[in-house]
Amino acid sequence: MSEGFTWSTGSEIAQAVAAGKVSALAVTEAALKVIEVRNPVLNAFTSVTAERARRRAKAIDASPDKKKLPLAGVPFAVKNLFDVEGIATVAGSRINRAHAPAKRDAELIERLEKAGAVLIGATNMGEYAYDFTGENMHDGPSRNPHDVTRMSGGSSGGSGSAVGGGMVPLALGSDTNGSIRVPSSLCGIFGLKPTYGRLTRARTFPFVASLDHLGPFARSVRDLALSYDAMQGFDADDAACVDQPVAPVSPLLERGLDGLRIAVAGGYFRKGASLEALTTLDGIAKTLNAREIEIPESARARAAAYVITCTEGAALHLNRLRRQPNDFDPAVRDRLLAAAMVPATLVVKAQNFRRWYRARVLELFKDCDAILAPSTPVTAPKIGQHSFTLDGVEMPVRANLGLYTQPISFIGLPVAAVPVPLDPLPIGVQIIAAPWREDISLRIAYALEKMGAVKAPRPKL
Amino acid sequence: MPDKLDEFITTASAALDLPLEQTWRPAIKANLEVTLKLANLVAEFPLPDEAEPAPVYKA
Repeated sequence: MSEGFTWSTGSEIAQAVAAGKVSALAVTEAALKVIEVRNPVLNAFTSVTAERARRRAKAIDASPDKKKLPLAGVPFAVKNLFDVEGIATVAGSRINRAHAPAKRDAELIERLEKAGAVLIGATNMGEYAYDFTGENMHDGPSRNPHDVTRMSGGSSGGSGSAVGGGMVPLALGSDTNGSIRVPSSLCGIFGLKPTYGRLTRARTFPFVASLDHLGPFARSVRDLALSYDAMQGFDADDAACVDQPVAPVSPLLERGLDGLRIAVAGGYFRKGASLEALTTLDGIAKTLNAREIEIPESARARAAAYVITCTEGAALHLNRLRRQPNDFDPAVRDRLLAAAMVPATLVVKAQNFRRWYRARVLELFKDCDAILAPSTPVTAPKIGQHSFTLDGVEMPVRANLGLYTQPISFIGLPVAAVPVPLDPLPIGVQIIAAPWREDISLRIAYALEKMGAVKAPRPKL
Repeated sequence: MPDKLDEFITTASAALDLPLEQTWRPAIKANLEVTLKLANLVAEFPLPDEAEPAPVYKA
């Protein structure tokens, strides 16, 4: 496999492996080599599972069924909150390093490997996923492949950096408030946050039970669809996983835009956006002939997501806060300690509002099939940057990179995040659909990719 | 001069058995201020008594 092939998509690799043009082992070795060269710069991986990957690749090469495997030989990585057999699930923390090694892989890893993919390692992330920057005080920051002095975005920063930096064509992340869509925007790659309850979270380290989602990153829409299709299906081991029929989207991608009514979110979703974010959004909206609509009470939705996040996070970590407060990143600890003092009445109000807001937003989908919104207010900030100015107001970076993603994940809507290759730094757009209509988000993303309007730009590494 | 929030943090930490060091106070207070401001923005929104949360949330 040539150096150029490391920029191939997963579907190109799977086709080449299935046709016997290249072995899964050769693909794996090339990926390991690239990781060896680029990871010291990008700091995307915290563990590389080289021997396991070689064994798995050899098994695929020997399999008589490899032609039937949709992800044959495709290397992939997972955020280090996914259980990987034999490794402690650190979830970006120092504290979890004392945990026993996981006994079994996360369910989504098992499903991807069943489809022929090859796990190659676990990636860096913000501590306990409470982060939008990709910085980590224990492992160092994951870096943006388009400018290594800049943030990858978080909290699935290592997964964003690994895919954007051409180390793997596919990676998994989690998204509670934007942790797939923010790194996707900053690193210039595609991301899918499916409907809440669609993909099982079994055997992953949680953050906020009410809002946690898992999903893939890739450099093409087809790769998102292939991996998403391989991961669908009910799992009783995740209390939120809904027994919904498996609905493959790969066969639907080429249906195009015919019959789709597309809107673009105004109001809250334009306030505070940089010129880059607005120009990009307007360009995509024009291409899709989208009309502007208002998603009501989005600022309040974001506020409610914030309250549910910090208080459920505090509940999850309460004993660790009491016993090991000095082992947390102080920024995470101080937010969780403050949240542990928030009256329960206010949290119940936030959950009440969530149901009300869901009903109002679902009404909008009677008149449109998808809504566009910015993924982030700005392109990648500098690593270590604490504040930025949005609409003339100085705000903390860490809490506000997810300004436009939070009101959407709050009610679990599916989103395809697509990258627009601005020079020098990319920025993303969210394509939001009604619950269970990932197919619509991905169809629109695919049409935009075919037109050349969105693309994962190749960084100069 | 300690204000009401300072007093609340002192009392709540003790009552809830939460660790508290003096150097953490400014950050905890700043975070609590933001969280309460956002929580009150939600709580002040008029909803009918029947507006209950979804016991098992489904999108």
